[in-house]
Amino acid sequence: MNQNIKFIQGNEACAEGAIYAGLDFFAGYPITPSTEIAEHLAARLPQKAGKFIQMEDEIASMCAIIGASLTGHKVLTATSGPGFSLMQEALGYAVMAEIPCVIVNVQRGGPSTGIPTHVSQGDVNQARWGTHGDHAIVTLTASNHQDVFATTVEAFNIAETYRTPVILLFDEVVGHMREKLVIPEPGEIATVERLRTSVAEGVDYHPYLPREDGRLPMSDFGHVHRYNVTGLYHDMWGFPSDNPDVVHGLIRHLVDKIENNVNEIALYKELYLDDADYILISYGSSARSARHVIETLRPRGERIGLLELQTLWPFPADIVREKCRNAKYIVVVEMNMGQIRQAVQMAVDDPDRVFLANRIDGVFITPRDIRKLLRVIVGKGV
Amino acid sequence: MAKPKLKTHTIDRDWCKGCSICVEFCPKDVLEIDDMDKAVAARKDDCIACKLCELRCPDLAVEVRTDKD
Amino acid sequence: MAVKDYIRERFFPHIWCAGCGHGIVLNSMIRSIETLGMSKNEIVMVSGIGCSSRICGYVDFHTLHTIHGRALAFATGVKMSKPELNVIVPMGDGDALSIGGNHFIHAARRNIDITAIIMNNRIYGMTGGQYSPLSGAGTLATTAPYHNIDPDFDVVKMAMAAGATFVARTTTYHAKETTDMIRQAILHEGFSVVEVMSQCPTYFGRKNRLGSAVDMMKQMKSITAPIGSKAARENPEIIERGIFCQEEKPEYCSEYDKVIERATQGQGV
Repeated sequence: MNQNIKFIQGNEACAEGAIYAGLDFFAGYPITPSTEIAEHLAARLPQKAGKFIQMEDEIASMCAIIGASLTGHKVLTATSGPGFSLMQEALGYAVMAEIPCVIVNVQRGGPSTGIPTHVSQGDVNQARWGTHGDHAIVTLTASNHQDVFATTVEAFNIAETYRTPVILLFDEVVGHMREKLVIPEPGEIATVERLRTSVAEGVDYHPYLPREDGRLPMSDFGHVHRYNVTGLYHDMWGFPSDNPDVVHGLIRHLVDKIENNVNEIALYKELYLDDADYILISYGSSARSARHVIETLRPRGERIGLLELQTLWPFPADIVREKCRNAKYIVVVEMNMGQIRQAVQMAVDDPDRVFLANRIDGVFITPRDIRKLLRVIVGKGV
Repeated sequence: MAKPKLKTHTIDRDWCKGCSICVEFCPKDVLEIDDMDKAVAARKDDCIACKLCELRCPDLAVEVRTDKD
Repeated sequence: MAVKDYIRERFFPHIWCAGCGHGIVLNSMIRSIETLGMSKNEIVMVSGIGCSSRICGYVDFHTLHTIHGRALAFATGVKMSKPELNVIVPMGDGDALSIGGNHFIHAARRNIDITAIIMNNRIYGMTGGQYSPLSGAGTLATTAPYHNIDPDFDVVKMAMAAGATFVARTTTYHAKETTDMIRQAILHEGFSVVEVMSQCPTYFGRKNRLGSAVDMMKQMKSITAPIGSKAARENPEIIERGIFCQEEKPEYCSEYDKVIERATQGQGV
């Protein structure tokens, strides 16, 4: 049991979660503050006959994992802000061609080179809309190493279930902080394996025809079914088409397969929400400070609760609205200019009740920062 | 070894775009472009079955079969 | 098997213009694969964007039509994750060497066992005739209406300098030679490059008054000669054809197998 307890960085916890989920292939390029994921996997993957490659840039890294996914492997890349920007075109390709893959973005301050060694949560909307064109996307995050591990496993599960890229949006604090991680025993967290077609050789296989349950069984490159994969709008065989019905059907499918399952994909944690007059909504490392605020104010009789989001996209609007129905004040705690606040405002019945407690200076938001802002927002007493 | 003799020379008229490559490079002047802008093997008797027309056809429209195929 | 067994006949006639050299490259490539007797299931063809890249749709292999310039990066993921597959990457000159230049250099440097076929027609055809990095100074293009000032570079020299272990050049006029070179490139273990000089009569030919597809092929015949031939020795303007380099060096996937061996035996780290 002892060997399953580690004191490690969040980046390593992510790498270990990926291995637990069945990662076979990693391609990446060095960038602060995500590099430890690559370093850890360079050592760990070959130990289990997996493959690690340091590509020439982040564009190539994203492309390489898509190629490796098509041969039937679980794949990962990891990067930070500028590298995430470079990956956007190929990320859109993975959306269009429905390639299961996981992309980690350990956020640092931007835009541009920004503030590489400091924390930020400024890429939330980039994760949602970074690639061009209408699309849906899944983005998960976590505030502590146990959750980093678990959401990483979940990211692979969602990628396989929905045949989609999944973004893990961590941040510098979670990535570099060291804390305890208990690695679960095999089987303790369920893992979803690639759904492969049962269509026999010689029988027409449709790689892009969803089954009744919405899932699309795959066939590995090298296997008996030869089909086409393209970033163009395509028919159920994967061949390019500009037929308006095909185009309409495909974009609806790509969006619906995610958006219609928003509640299944929604991961969140709650603390004292039942009677809360004040609700803090947070995610990632800033949720640690938000949680601390609640744990100190509750004993003083303050009716304050926490909704920690682990799924950011698709935004769990119904859940947020329901949880916040009776709250007098909703304060979104994040380290950006209010990217999730905007989504919360769109979700709740009364957007005027939604406030922002943020820091945007590269410094981690502390419980004290939040309490100070709370006093301004809701008046003295809190 | 005897040289292969032509059995069939076929041109897929749906695939042919009439670029004249086969016509111009035929060593025996077997082919020509017809009034529908498609290549035809007008003088098959002269064909030596060298298959250059088939190999150079950008439209994969030409098929030369010999007694050796 | 016959040539037609390797293509997806339902998509013919193809989208390329009349006389386009890319069709000849497709023709030659299929014949090389046919002579090798390879199973269609063990071939993955990866392409990027452009006229050349449409080649993927026409062949009955596992086909991956990707994004502009990145075909070799996708192909690296395919090959490394499943080295038993034969990975062939046809690219246009702009696709491979402008937007994809960096991936080209690094795939060559790794000497990963991928066959890169550069269909060099010296122009961006799909977008309507803009100059490419191989158009060369003095040529005309829609984006070089006053003659191009961009020098071109030598694909063969660059591929060799970057570390490719099989490098060849031929033209669409020399269809038999093209078939043979692609066959050898596929057989070669390591990163192999075949530059096929190809004609774009619609844009490069018309803009530069080079005549028909036939005229352009005749020109390719006259401006090229086998490596070291008398013609090549006597005329410095001649572009040499042939196999410039064919050497055995450690192949990337095989080398990574050694990494796995060291890692599983607890060495290093």
